[in-house]
Amino acid sequence: MEKEKVIEVKDLVKRFGAFVANDHLTFDVYKGDIFGFLGANGAGKTTAIRILCGLSRPTSGKVTVAGIDAGRPEEIKKRIGYMSQRFSLYEDLTVSENIELYGGIYGMTMKEIRPRREALLERLSFSHYSDMLIRSLPLGLRQKLAFAVAVFHDPEIVFLDEPTSGVDPITRRQFWEMIYETASRGITVFVTTHYMDEAEYCDRITIMNEGRIEALDTPAVLRKKYGTETIEELFVKIARPKTETA
Amino acid sequence: MKRFMAFVKKEFLHIFRDYRTLIILFGIPAAQILIFGYAVRTDLTNAGIAILDNARDEVSAELTHKLEASEFFRIRYNLGSYEEIDPAFKQGKIKAAIIFPANLGASLAREGNASVSIIADGSEPNTANLVTAYTTAIINDYSSQLTRQVSQGMPVIIPEVRMYFNPNLESYFMFVPGVITLILILITALMTSVTIVREKEFGTMEVLLVSPLKPWQIIIGKVAPYFFLSLVNVIVILLMAWFVFGLPVRGSIALLIAGTMLYILLGLSIGIFVSSSVQKMENAIFISFLALMLPSLLLSGFIFPIENMPKIYDYVSMILPPRWFVEIIRSIMIKGAGFTYIWKETLILVVMTIFFMVLSARKFKVRLGEGER
Repeated sequence: MEKEKVIEVKDLVKRFGAFVANDHLTFDVYKGDIFGFLGANGAGKTTAIRILCGLSRPTSGKVTVAGIDAGRPEEIKKRIGYMSQRFSLYEDLTVSENIELYGGIYGMTMKEIRPRREALLERLSFSHYSDMLIRSLPLGLRQKLAFAVAVFHDPEIVFLDEPTSGVDPITRRQFWEMIYETASRGITVFVTTHYMDEAEYCDRITIMNEGRIEALDTPAVLRKKYGTETIEELFVKIARPKTETA
Repeated sequence: MKRFMAFVKKEFLHIFRDYRTLIILFGIPAAQILIFGYAVRTDLTNAGIAILDNARDEVSAELTHKLEASEFFRIRYNLGSYEEIDPAFKQGKIKAAIIFPANLGASLAREGNASVSIIADGSEPNTANLVTAYTTAIINDYSSQLTRQVSQGMPVIIPEVRMYFNPNLESYFMFVPGVITLILILITALMTSVTIVREKEFGTMEVLLVSPLKPWQIIIGKVAPYFFLSLVNVIVILLMAWFVFGLPVRGSIALLIAGTMLYILLGLSIGIFVSSSVQKMENAIFISFLALMLPSLLLSGFIFPIENMPKIYDYVSMILPPRWFVEIIRSIMIKGAGFTYIWKETLILVVMTIFFMVLSARKFKVRLGEGER
């Protein structure tokens, strides 16, 4: 059974002068999947994610996101959600105001926003925080809320750029439950991470090194293929020899 | 448009939630107007003066009495010689010294006129102006009484004014136009650059750029509230100036508002330019303050007249927007000038605005496109 592709990348190259940040990347992401994007710092993850989000143009290659060519970033932007490792809600606005703002930016009317907001706060059992400033919430709650806001407008794909860095293990756990729940609603999740244990939660993972994709498959298949117990060992096996010879 | 409005609303929320912003926006101009208003009193009470009476005749006695009898002055010293004038000023107890010449009464009777010297403390130009004006008025009053008494001839005492410490008191403190000029550059350039850089620093700019908002919508959305608030601010300052000092706008109010809007626009484009050049809020504050506020305060001609500066400062001040705006706003408010008198300054501001807008637009494009990861 052929799954529907929501992201198609073929021979993507991105150069900054002489430096090649993305060296002929080719991969597909299927609808409703959790797609893990792994790699050391400087491996080219952020460059690739910026291109997929329409923030940067590929030097060459074909990129389609949500059925739209990367040459029309404005159309792509309407169909995606985004959350970065840096915290992205406004601290001096209340929980409700943040939700209304992002809903509004994504073209929702207050009439659409209000019932969804109530439902969301109910689901997260956040209702009593609704009129509190983000500043006064603990970090874990903020991060969960930031994610909820990123998918509030029901995007086709949500990009999470190291969403759990600097978060305690319990919150990380809850965060991944939210990711699962989101994927089960048919929203594709594209996530980059440093934590190799999180890679195990993904449907498929990609390991990048020095601008190239070194491995791409389900965690189970990759472990078997490279004969390692964990993704962490696998990652070290793939990334180390290259960086040492470099 | 709906997206844009949601964004603008958020920007207003930021401003109204941060009491510090509000204090800077409305507190500072109000305080400045009131401080200046209190300091630059147009009435004078019990100003200390010294008398050096070389005449010791009827006329000098009568003038001394008149000065003393007025509620404006209090005679602190009766000096014996010229040498005592300087120490008297340096002690700071007197604002002016009045010198009657030795032959005051005699020369008045013989030649029909005489001179009285008034030396005022020019280190306080406003007070000095007031003191000399009041003294002159009292002497004139006395002199016209004499004229009426003595019908033959015209005995006139001519007051000769000399400013002590600052002989050419050419300009005086035009603080309302000055306050408007400074406050506007503060709000527009400083606050917009800070608010944009803050989004960069907190990482929210990234999220905005990934959103369907177009980059220009983000920038316009961020500065629009400040445009609006600056305008409100100017109107508040003008109203305060009117109620506190009775300072009217002599020229066209529409022209004044139009000129102000142009200046606000220029300030905003400078703010945008600064924000596109720095990554940290401290840097934005630092640059705005050092490169804009200080030179504006010192070189725009609002405190220190440009005519008195070395030529080099004159040239430097030409690149400062406040210099031209102070000229525009002064001409309209104080002189009641029409557009024909200020078109040159206006044109300069227009060119500057376009320059900074084009520059920031290009910079923004570069940042979005290639070159940066």
